[in-house]
Amino acid sequence: MGTLNAANTTVSAAEGGFHAPSMAEFFPASFLFEGTPFEMNRVMLIRIIATVAVVVLLAVWAKRMKLIPSRFQSSMELAMEFVTVGIAEDTMGKEKAKKFMPLIVAIFFGILFWNVTKLIPFLNMPGTGVIGMPIVLTLVVYVTYHWAGIAEKGLGRYLKDSLILPGVPPAMHILLIPIEFITKFVTQPFTLAIRLFANMMVGHLLLVLCFSATSFFLFDAANGFQFFGIVTFAGGMFVFILEMLIVVLQAYIFALLSCVYINAAISDEH
Amino acid sequence: MTPVNIVASAENPLLPAAYDILWSAVCLLIVFLVVWKYVLPAFNKTLDERAERIQGGIEKAEKVQAEADQALAEYQKQLADGRAEAARLRAEAQEEGAQIIADMKAQAHSEADRIIAQAQTQIDAERQSAMVQLRSEVGTLATDLASRIVGESLTDDQRSANVVDRFISDLESNSSAQPVKGA
Repeated sequence: MGTLNAANTTVSAAEGGFHAPSMAEFFPASFLFEGTPFEMNRVMLIRIIATVAVVVLLAVWAKRMKLIPSRFQSSMELAMEFVTVGIAEDTMGKEKAKKFMPLIVAIFFGILFWNVTKLIPFLNMPGTGVIGMPIVLTLVVYVTYHWAGIAEKGLGRYLKDSLILPGVPPAMHILLIPIEFITKFVTQPFTLAIRLFANMMVGHLLLVLCFSATSFFLFDAANGFQFFGIVTFAGGMFVFILEMLIVVLQAYIFALLSCVYINAAISDEH
Repeated sequence: MTPVNIVASAENPLLPAAYDILWSAVCLLIVFLVVWKYVLPAFNKTLDERAERIQGGIEKAEKVQAEADQALAEYQKQLADGRAEAARLRAEAQEEGAQIIADMKAQAHSEADRIIAQAQTQIDAERQSAMVQLRSEVGTLATDLASRIVGESLTDDQRSANVVDRFISDLESNSSAQPVKGA
């Protein structure tokens, strides 16, 4: 109850002046199972809606699949081949990619749909804009590539291949082994998660900033400032179009880097 | 109202809440399972079937092409055989015709020879019989003539001329009555 009151008060307060976006946007009041690990708030609900959407789309496509494709099937096949061939097989090669294909496809289409909710009216929030989803995705990829490397080469040779650069003077290994270790075990997963999270979060904040500023300039600001409303609205439109690109790009980058890391772990060459 | 705001903004955005992790994991797991168990197998099956169908179509087309080629070769062979056969028959017929003409010619020649030989024989026989008849008649005629000459006086020219004339006319009447007499 207290949270609902608080939300109402914030809204009524915002009517009077400029409402700057804050991190609180990403932690809305929960409405179910509050205080438990099953706590449900608006962002979690959006994630589930996006999940249902992508599952239904893929399942309908798979169910209606025919030898001679319809337009819907053709365009879905194009998207699927972009992932299976363009991302996975081009990075890892046809044979190696086969084993990891379900993961890569799930990562790409999942991230795409969890991202795209930020551009859909009334949802207006990326499912990946809260750190949990990037962390879970990264954790899965992290475990997968280390596990695949160890399974392929055995622990000793995997660590040797990962940490020791060939053709380097022995003395340099004192410097290089820690750097390689940090890269493989810390930096790679950290950047993978943060890149996705930060892109989604900042894009959302930019959009909110532009449109709430537009609202402020048009309706609340003193006479003469209305012009800036047009400027901020144009900025908002620009960011919106940019976000359409970023939404796809981040899904692509995450899937591609996952393939690159897996491939590096299981390949013979360093 | 204020405590809630403070709590919200105090949250570190890089530290996930338990519910955040849980719902993320659930969502990812659902998408992964659907893709792994249902979508990708269906997709691969369709692609394989399509490849197979295209492959089958190409093979079928190749087979049909080969059959057509074979049929064409056979047809051309038959045509050539037919032509050769016709030429052979024509040559045979010509040869046969020439043979027939030659046969006919030979036959006609032999027939003509036969006819000529027959006529010759006939002529010879007739001449033979005529000579036999003439010989016997000349004897009779000479005897007859001699008796007449002897029976008449042959003193004057008038008389001798009469005798000759009478002889000739007798001869004429004799020769016209001869067949009756000969028979």
